Formats: sequence, structure tokens, C-alpha cells
Amino acid sequence: MSSAQGLPPRVVVYTPQAMLRAPGAMFREMLADLRRSRELAWRLAVRDISAQYRASVLGYLWAFITPLVTTLMWVFMSTAGVVKVSDTGMPYAVFVFTGTMLWQIFTESITMPQAQVTSSQSMVVKLNFPREALILAGMLKVLFGVLVKAAVLVPVVLFFGVLPDVHLLLFPLALLALVLVGTSIGLLLVPVGTLYSDVGRFVPMATQFLMYVTPVVYAMPKSGLLATFFQANPLSALILTGRAWLTGSASPMLIEFLLVVAVAAVLLLLGWVLYRLSMSVLIERMGS
Amino acid sequence: MEKEVLIRVEGVSKKYCTDLRRSLRYGMQDMFGELRGKPRGHELRAQEFWAVKDIDLEVRRGECLGLIGHNGAGKTTLLRMLNGLVKPDTGRIEIRGRVGALIALGAGFNPILTGRENIYVNASVLGLRKADVAARIEEVIDFSEIRDFIDTPVRNYSSGMTVRLGFSVAALMLEPDILFLDEVLAVGDMAFTLKCLNLMRSIMDRTACVFVSHNMPLVSSFCTHARMMHKGQFITAPDEPMADVMNRYVALAPTLRSHFGDGAEVSAQLLSSRGRTVDGAETIHQGDEMILEVECTVSEPATIFFVIKTQGTVPLVHYVVEEQGQEKVFAAGQHTFTLNLGRADLNSSNYGLGVTVRRASDHAVMGKRDGLLDLVVKADLVTWSHMVRRASIIPGHGTPDALPQFLATRQGGEPA
Repeated sequence: MSSAQGLPPRVVVYTPQAMLRAPGAMFREMLADLRRSRELAWRLAVRDISAQYRASVLGYLWAFITPLVTTLMWVFMSTAGVVKVSDTGMPYAVFVFTGTMLWQIFTESITMPQAQVTSSQSMVVKLNFPREALILAGMLKVLFGVLVKAAVLVPVVLFFGVLPDVHLLLFPLALLALVLVGTSIGLLLVPVGTLYSDVGRFVPMATQFLMYVTPVVYAMPKSGLLATFFQANPLSALILTGRAWLTGSASPMLIEFLLVVAVAAVLLLLGWVLYRLSMSVLIERMGS
Repeated sequence: MEKEVLIRVEGVSKKYCTDLRRSLRYGMQDMFGELRGKPRGHELRAQEFWAVKDIDLEVRRGECLGLIGHNGAGKTTLLRMLNGLVKPDTGRIEIRGRVGALIALGAGFNPILTGRENIYVNASVLGLRKADVAARIEEVIDFSEIRDFIDTPVRNYSSGMTVRLGFSVAALMLEPDILFLDEVLAVGDMAFTLKCLNLMRSIMDRTACVFVSHNMPLVSSFCTHARMMHKGQFITAPDEPMADVMNRYVALAPTLRSHFGDGAEVSAQLLSSRGRTVDGAETIHQGDEMILEVECTVSEPATIFFVIKTQGTVPLVHYVVEEQGQEKVFAAGQHTFTLNLGRADLNSSNYGLGVTVRRASDHAVMGKRDGLLDLVVKADLVTWSHMVRRASIIPGHGTPDALPQFLATRQGGEPA
């Protein structure tokens, strides 16, 4: 006998055995599920994006309103002399706006995997669909936001008289790198973060702190303890590279940038394996 | 020839933890176990219990297994394992073929989007391609009978409408070899439920189906066989007749019992019983004459009504107690009498006998009681019962040969 399609029926076996015992089969399944989840991911992303802005007056403007307000705040504080900002090599408004926009892409990416799992909990615990779709859909949503941001960033930079050059062609890569790094960290946090809400509280705090040791709203100090922090912070390379490629110069930390991207790619793969392995445990503990 | 086995479950168990903090910690442990390539443990840790224990099961194509049991018996956990959502802690599950699950109807619905948009999302979650959906979307909308509102945001739908849409997508889109149904047909209005049942029946002979429900009539009409779960285990045999499985279900339910106020007390005993079940319910066969010995005390002149209810809840047959064609008014004081309730033209199920005592002067209720007796009826035929009927007091109560005499006259006679 065969199933409706005339193919031999798909046989699935569930046992208490750990999936890592058969890594070959596991990787084959991972790739198959990734393929299966493409259409669903697209559908979920379209659903969320259209729903997100349908019940809103300002709609897509929200993608850059927050960075805009942050920029205005910092520009105000620096012109009023509340904070003293060292020379940034470009109009300060451009520096802060590019910085906060890029930073927001990173924070959105880092919180995305957990947000995706949590918001789809009722679906996840009841239906068997490729879980990769949730993360892929999240990445699509973040990338949509990135598109909106990029469409705003370039004219703003031009408006302030900063001229991009041929490096602008590399700029999308810097944006993708931010999404990659954010997502890989976020994905690694999902297994523990789904069980314990502590993770969800810790992440925004940590990113807030990280922002001040990354050249987002002020330039990297040349010396001192803070300089060491900035240098050691892998995110500095990402932000500096992105900003440089947008504003028409070469990346000052290209080697570090490539290294961070390579490490993030490995982490993403690791996070993916961990995410798959932990899913059945998480469903058990999440309940319905 | 027997058809192929599509669901095979061998010695499957699953443990759960009663304490949240511990449960989370065990979750971490299990996750690290997975990472280290260790299989799940066979032993219970502190505050754990077996939610599902040593389940063996086979379902063939064309069979429908009704999974019944009280809340917390482990039905849903078992279904989740079959569906591959959680891993078994012991044993092995083999699933052959395409799985359809009508479990979370309308999964992935976004309230802000319209019904039509949500059909695409929902179908996608169920693993269907956009082209397949586009080809059948009109059929889905027609089936759901909510075409007028299909371009309205789902948040304006009533819960019944949402379920209609969810069911229509899932049912029409899937062509499963294996079908899991968890209490999904309990929703929606009657017409729609019947339509869904007919649709399900039409795919039944091609699928192996597992049906979880608390609706016994539905299970008995829908399933080819049933298993009763209790505390994670099957307590009925694989080949046990459906009626017996149902009886086990009802027997485990705590019966509703209420007490008389002051002014009336009634107790009754069934004389025509065929014996008692383990749980104390009286067994009778369909067509048996039901004869009660009643003892009652009333403080004022009163009339007495008996009522047979299904599973202690829904009134089915009312009896007005009368004597020689007249409604009997019991004077204040104590009475004992024998009452003929007539033939039990009831269907196979469990029933409860209740009583109501009303004051003769103004018909005010002096007392009520459910669960005076538990009855188990065994039947071969399905009958329609008369809802209200007369029950006559047999003459000559207390004399030793009154009842035998009465029964002798009944032997050749017509039933009342």
C-alpha cells in the first residue's frame, strides 16, 4: 500500500534516544526542515508585518522613529553641553543617527528568536511544523525593518553633506552581519530563555550596557580603561564598519569584522542544533 | 485482509513533574542530557509521576480509536507524543504516513488579518503549499459558511466562527493517512458539527484515526473501538466492547448527589436488579421491568416524582407516582411501597435515579435528590424512550406473596 501520492509512506519513529547519537540523520533532517520551512516562514513574516502596521497610523515610520528621537536627544545634550563628545569626524547628528539605527538592528536581532518562540507558543506546543520557520520568519521581519532603515539612512547622510562612495556597495553586508551576530546570540539564548524568564530580563539590560562600550553615540576613546573595553568589544567592529561603509570610508576594523562574522556563523549553526535538540524538552515544560 | 498498521506504540511512558521550579530544573537537565547524547531516564526523580505509563497500541488504516478518560488521565500527553511534539521517556512510537492533526484549530490566526488572509497562514502552518491553498480556497470558504465575513478581520469573529474557519481549512486541506482529533468537534453549532462529522466519516476508511473526546455518544458513533485511560494507563483491553469501555468511564465519575432539606426523606432499592457492578451500580438489561421498593417520610401531604437522568445530569424520563390511576398524595408520616417503573426502554449507558418531593397543597419542592440509585443498562437495541409516564403502585404492599402474584400476572400480559 502507498499513500495518496503513490509514494511509499513516510515512516517516523520516536524514541527516548538522543538525536545527537545519529548526527548524520540529524543534519539531513535539519536541512530537510529548513527547506520545508521556507514557504511557511515567508507566510508568517508577511502575516506579522502586515498585521503590525495595519492597526497603526504611523505604520512603517516606526522603524526609525525611535532612533530619530534618540538622535535628537543626544544632539540636544551635546549642543547644550550636558555631555561632552569628542570629535567624531562627521556631523554629530549623522554619527548618532547611523549608530543608533545600526544598534537597533542588532538589538532587534538578538531579542527576535525568543520573541518568535514566545509569541508562537500556542502553535508550537500543539502542532508539528518545522521550527526553523519561526526563526527564518523572524529574520525576514528584521530584514524588512533593515530595508526601511536603509532607505532612510542614505538620504539622511546625504542631507548632512556626507558623501558615500563605492564602499556603499558593501554596506548591505554590514547590515547582514549585524543581523547574523544578533540572531546567533539570540538563538543560543532560546533554550534557557524559554524556561527561565531571567534571560528575557537580562538581555535588554546587557544590550543597554553594551551600547555604552560600543561607538554608537560617541566615538571610541583613544586611551584608558574604556578604550580597552571598546577594543575588546566585538560589536565595535560591526558598528564602525557599517558606519564607515555608509559614510564613504574604508572599515577601520576590517579583520575584526570578518572574524566576528565567522565566529557568529559558527555560533548560528551551534544555536540551531541546540534549538532543535531542546525543542521537545521546551514543549514539555511550557505546557499548553 | 487486515489493513496495515499505521500507528504502532510499544511500551511508551512519559513522566511529568508536579512542581514548577523542579520541572524547569529537570528541563535543563534533560537538555544537557540531549547535548551529551544521553537517552531519557527510566527512573522517576523527586516529585515526578508517570503521566503516561507503558502504553501499547496499534491502529490500522480504516480504524478509529476513541481515547477516553477523565481530565488528567494522560490522553493529551499520549497524543502529543504520537504527534512528535514531545519525546517518550521509554518505548517506541512508529508513525507511517502523512499526519493530519485537528488539534489547535485556527493555529497561527492573526486577529488583525482577514479570514481569507488567515486561511493562507493557517494552511501554511499545516504544511500546505500556496498553490494548493489557492486551488481550494473557495471550497474552504463555502464549507465554513462565513463567506459574508471572509474579508473581515478575524478579531471581529465570534469564537464559533473562528472555529468554523479553522476546521474548514484543516479538514479540507488535509489528506492524511493518520488523523488526530482532540475535542475539536465539541465546538460550533449542531448543524456545523454534523457536517464536520460527515466529512470526517468520509475520510475515515482511508485513515488511522485517534479521537480524544469526553462526548460518549460521539465516541460510540464515530469510533471503531475505544480505550479508557486512567492515571496514564489503559484500564481496558484492546478488544473490549465499546459499551463496557463507556461504562468504565462513567463508573469513575463522581456522581452528583444532593441532599434533602427538612420535611422529606426518600430511599429506594431496586428489586429487579441483575446484580451490582464493582462500583455499586445496579445492572439491568434493556426491557427489564424496573421495580423499586421505596421508603419515604414526608412532614406534610406530598406528591413524589422519580426521574432517570443520564450520567447524573440530564433528565430523561419522569415518573409521576400514582395509585389506581390517580396521582398519589402521601399523607404526612412514613410510607413504604413497591413501585413499578415499567420496562427499561433505555439505551446502553449509565443512568442515575433521582427523586423530587412536592408539597401537595402548592406543589412547592420540599426536597430533591440525585443519585438515589445508580443504574447500568445493557442494551442490544437503540430505542426512543417516552419522556413522561405513569408508574403504578402495586397493590398489597407488605404481604409476602403480593409481588410474586403481581409478577405472575405480568408474565403473559402486556406491559403498561
